[in-house]
Amino acid sequence: MAEQPTASERFIQGILPENPVYRQVLGLCPTLAVTNGMKPAMTMAGAVLFVLVCSNIITSLIRGLLKPHLRIIVFTLTIATFVTIADRFLAAFMYDMSKALGPYIPLIIVNCIIICRCEVCASKQGVFTAASDAVGQSLGYALALSSIAIVREVLGTGMIFGYRVLPEAWPDWSIMILPPGAFLTLGLLMGTVNWFSERK
Amino acid sequence: MVDMNPLKPLQPMPLSMMQYFRESYIVQGWLVLMLCFFFGGTLSGVQLKLNPIIEENKANETKQRIPELLLGPSEAQQPLDLKLHTIEVEKKGRKVFYNVYEARFADGKLAGWVTKAVGQGYADRIELLLGLDPNAEKITGVFILDQKETPGLGNKIVTEKWRSQFAGKETKQLLTVVKGGVKADHQIDAISGATISSKSVTAIINTAVNDLKGKLRG
Repeated sequence: MAEQPTASERFIQGILPENPVYRQVLGLCPTLAVTNGMKPAMTMAGAVLFVLVCSNIITSLIRGLLKPHLRIIVFTLTIATFVTIADRFLAAFMYDMSKALGPYIPLIIVNCIIICRCEVCASKQGVFTAASDAVGQSLGYALALSSIAIVREVLGTGMIFGYRVLPEAWPDWSIMILPPGAFLTLGLLMGTVNWFSERK
Repeated sequence: MVDMNPLKPLQPMPLSMMQYFRESYIVQGWLVLMLCFFFGGTLSGVQLKLNPIIEENKANETKQRIPELLLGPSEAQQPLDLKLHTIEVEKKGRKVFYNVYEARFADGKLAGWVTKAVGQGYADRIELLLGLDPNAEKITGVFILDQKETPGLGNKIVTEKWRSQFAGKETKQLLTVVKGGVKADHQIDAISGATISSKSVTAIINTAVNDLKGKLRG
């Protein structure tokens, strides 16, 4: 068996070298859907951080008991539990945000970033490595979400986090906060990331 | 000689009792079952703890809108006492329920009624709040709680500018939607490019007004 990366390597890899959106191209559905503003994007990133850390830790703790043919069902069960907890918490304490995000919080259950981390890292490595992997991947995800959201929110409404940054005269490109804007921004940013990494 | 008869199934390897036990689904899935109980318990705990807060959030969302709907934005600061009624309406053999808030001023005078009404929009259900004056003779305001109409066109039904047309309309005549300018009192100007959304909202309001007109008494 090949040697597994250490905790700090896992952490670093998650942020840029194996960024979940730009490098692994996982979890694109919520990425496209919630990036019409910084606020929903950051809430989403927070929810993913919570779910990913908790389910990575649980999976890592029970990794000795997993049976190969039943592992996916255990992952899904764990993830679904924490997603439901996150969803209820948002509805109780950030009601407006929970309404704005709509179905995308419950849909974290099927977000492949999390099941991928359970499979690749948590089910094979210790608790500390799994937790740092989860934090690294979540930061990478937050970075990707905020990079898309900032472009869309600034061009679409002239604001960041609801504060105006462009002059009032800016003609809001409303296409940027509609679905086509998500595809355009993601495509152009991913192209830029690839262009830079190829030149290196 | 090898038995080539295809109709005779292959005999399974004989299993000892112990092996049979180990291969059974229950034993294989013990971890899944344990986790189910454990996670189920956790989730019901979370639900018990948080559900009252969530329900209160939902109710507050409606209650916050009521002063503005009844008294207009300038006097929305005035505190109102709210009482929730459920009004039952018989329609074509089936029962329809309306959640109606009765709003009174601090001195006990009736300020008006606010009801929740739902109906089909262009894309999905539209949920709105409708404010009526104490005698249910005039609409005092409309607020859209939930809608999924086309962004940029149909979702303009949430704008103050369009909604404010309903304020002050009399309830004795049904409202109708017209394009390109209102000519009579009971007419509502359609949003250009979103006639169906405009008509849907107006239809929801007409239905609610008709259902409730005779039933609201202070």
